[in-house]
Amino acid sequence: MTVEMAEDRMAEAVGGPDGGQLLEISMGPHHPSTHGVFRMNVELEGEQVVKLKPVFGYLHRNHEKIAESASYLAAIPYTDRLDYMCSMTNNWAYTLSVEKLAGIAVPERAEYVRVIVAELTRLQNHASLVGFLMQDMGASGTPLMYAFREREKILDIFEQLSGARMMCNYMRFGGVRVDPSPEWLAEVKALVERFPRFLDEFEALLRENEILMSRTQGVGVLPRELAVNAGATGPLLRGSGVDYDIRKVDRYGIYERFEFRVPLGEHGDVYDRYMMRVLEMRESVKILEQALKGIPEGPVMDPKARLRGLRPKAGEAYGRIESPKGELGFYLISNGTTEPYRYRVRPPSMINLTVLEDMCLGRIVADIVVTLGSVDIVLGEVDR
Amino acid sequence: MLGEGILKGLAETARNFFGSYWGKERLTTVQFPEERLPQAEAARVFPFLVYDTDDWEKGLRCVACKICEVECPPKCISIEKSTEKKPDYVGKPQFFPAIFDIDVSVCMSCQICVEVCPFEAIKMDTVFELSTDDRFGGLHWDKERLAKPNSYYHKIHPTESAAVDADLAEKKAKAEAAHSAAAAKAAATAATAARTGSVEMGAQEKEAKAHS
Repeated sequence: MTVEMAEDRMAEAVGGPDGGQLLEISMGPHHPSTHGVFRMNVELEGEQVVKLKPVFGYLHRNHEKIAESASYLAAIPYTDRLDYMCSMTNNWAYTLSVEKLAGIAVPERAEYVRVIVAELTRLQNHASLVGFLMQDMGASGTPLMYAFREREKILDIFEQLSGARMMCNYMRFGGVRVDPSPEWLAEVKALVERFPRFLDEFEALLRENEILMSRTQGVGVLPRELAVNAGATGPLLRGSGVDYDIRKVDRYGIYERFEFRVPLGEHGDVYDRYMMRVLEMRESVKILEQALKGIPEGPVMDPKARLRGLRPKAGEAYGRIESPKGELGFYLISNGTTEPYRYRVRPPSMINLTVLEDMCLGRIVADIVVTLGSVDIVLGEVDR
Repeated sequence: MLGEGILKGLAETARNFFGSYWGKERLTTVQFPEERLPQAEAARVFPFLVYDTDDWEKGLRCVACKICEVECPPKCISIEKSTEKKPDYVGKPQFFPAIFDIDVSVCMSCQICVEVCPFEAIKMDTVFELSTDDRFGGLHWDKERLAKPNSYYHKIHPTESAAVDADLAEKKAKAEAAHSAAAAKAAATAATAARTGSVEMGAQEKEAKAHS
């Protein structure tokens, strides 16, 4: 195609609102800002965004259908691969809904262990998200490497417990797979004690940085009403000032025993969302301290729980938790066989992504990258 | 003052940079192939089959019950049962796998086969440098490649294997006790039978005598 032909095609493809030309560009599926194989079809007028269409499905791997043709136990390792940054919380959401479906109780110690690993997951997810956000802004390397240094310490702890850094496959309906040793708990305690120092360092590194402020304040504003109407959850919703945390609303597990606060944003911009993550990490540290203090002795598996050949009575259940990215829910329908009749995932990443266009309209291309980074998506969960 | 925040951040970077020269806290990377961090004891990569004696073929603990084949989430195991039987660790005749293949290009290292195995026959290995240029055969492991001795299992997972061995020893002792009890019982019944038999014979003899 010659240059003239390309120009002709562009001219006939678009006619801008004020007679100017629109430029259609495709960001992704392997753009460095897209956090995975994700594509945004963006229409630009000059440098202003007039339309943004997220395109996903490149990583679709039939997760729900696979789980519907497998036993209840066999679906657990697949849930690790949904949001591959936080496999522990995925496990928890799934086991919670199976426990609701089959009426399985969880021993006290297992509940504490679940809270500990879930809050550790939140720490490492938020740490790496903040690192990635800085990377998207052009702060190449340094903040991301500092964040990954801390994340790797937490992943090492997961490996000691479950045998794998990321694909933990740790929880089972009726408890958890391995009883944590006292040495492991001591190591977690040491990590939790060290963690606020990292947070202080990280804040000193970034919070007052003028470039960060000018790149994030007032950018990608998500109005409160829109956030609620679109079904956004997690730090994205709370960044817009809506007090909705499932740990407080549902009080699943044993969250009613812990004292923690839910940070809320005011403006709903990228900076608020960034601060949400930092503040949530501090609250997670508080929960971890309390959980490590209160963890009792005892079994970690319900002796009556059957892993193989579980046949819950016909019925349905929806279990949801506050995963680091938002409300993660599993909806299961049983027809009395060993396989779920329907298995549906409510992924926070995908539903949070639906407001991306509204946040980016009227902004420039560089802001799209930052806004997408602040939504916190993982494509394993978006596409399933 | 404009730029104050940036300077504060740069001070933090400088602290990290110079700190990495003497603090292990700030320098966490290692020069990988030459320098290695110890693996976690619970680490898992791909499964292997445990065998007990020196002979890998006779000592395999697997009895081809096919539970792992059914429960494996990505269905990477394929087993074919033998036609004849061989004695297992307690001496009971059991089937053994004529074919036991794992397609490690499909395996997702989830450890469910290990959890569901009632015979402690399949365990997770910790070897991770497994790249091969043979895309099909090299990733399709047969039971000869999968078989590893119990001593190897002890080397890679000391605590876990000790617990497993204790459990198996207990089962074996129980089985032997049951076996010997059964043998004693059988012997006892045989003895009683013999005694009653002799009594009867005595009666017959008496009868015969009476008749004569």
